[in-house]
Amino acid sequence: MIDSYIPIFIIFVFAVGFGIVMVKFSSLFGPSRPNKEKLSTYESGIDPVGTAHERFSIKFYMVAVLFILFDIEVVFLYPWAAAFLNFEPVKMVYSFISVIVFIIILLVGYLYVIKKGALKWD
Amino acid sequence: MEFKLETFLFFFLAVSSIISAIMMITRKSPISSALFLILNFFTVSGLYLLLKAQFIAVIQVLVYMGAIMVLFLFVIMLLNLQDKSKFKEKYSYKKITSLLLSILLFCILSFTLYFGFTGKFKAMSDAAGDLGKAETLGAELFTAFSFPFELASFLLLAAIVGAVVLAKKKFN
Repeated sequence: MIDSYIPIFIIFVFAVGFGIVMVKFSSLFGPSRPNKEKLSTYESGIDPVGTAHERFSIKFYMVAVLFILFDIEVVFLYPWAAAFLNFEPVKMVYSFISVIVFIIILLVGYLYVIKKGALKWD
Repeated sequence: MEFKLETFLFFFLAVSSIISAIMMITRKSPISSALFLILNFFTVSGLYLLLKAQFIAVIQVLVYMGAIMVLFLFVIMLLNLQDKSKFKEKYSYKKITSLLLSILLFCILSFTLYFGFTGKFKAMSDAAGDLGKAETLGAELFTAFSFPFELASFLLLAAIVGAVVLAKKKFN
């Protein structure tokens, strides 16, 4: 049973190895002649102002929270998609209706979000 | 005892998940804490795979490592972490609660270990191999358990409304 995961394991090994090789080899073989200007933080060519540890707007967080909630909605659809073709016709219709009801309930939430302007940026 | 790949993988994942959890709570920088949390999620997803819960393992990677992690990063961005003095624990009831919870966790863990070593847990049968697949889950969830499934949508709806209401003052 565990043998069927060997291709995934190989992908992980390649992905991690590729990341390490890219970073380590460029620092090993690349020329390194640092000076004060090069080491300063890149801010479109002008001198850096302030720190990067500033507080960000709550709007970013709103988008992230709402993304997660609708992400979970989509997660519920994966097992439906996987099981749908094995159903007999009656169960197909039944499961289709239950998923439609599920989506409509969440659509109400989506309309609420749009009406409240929670995703508006200005 | 014969060598089994599953046993080796279990101990490897279990030890690395404990180590990454300890590293997560002891780091000073919140960003490296978050990175160790990702590592912890990853090892836990490996443990789910060993328990033949394939769907949950994939969802762990998709939702926790993908989405929940973004939330943690946004929390780090939202909070002003410069002023360390604000993060000192002042209230002793927090310490008492955490002490009680750790005692409870210790009891649960020692019971699990006791039952495990006295052989009261049965090994998973081979028929359980398909139970964790998305197909098997879907076959039951959308027919026999469609009512709890609809209830889950109400839970998500409540979370959406709650998130908007909590942040509403900003949008007026």
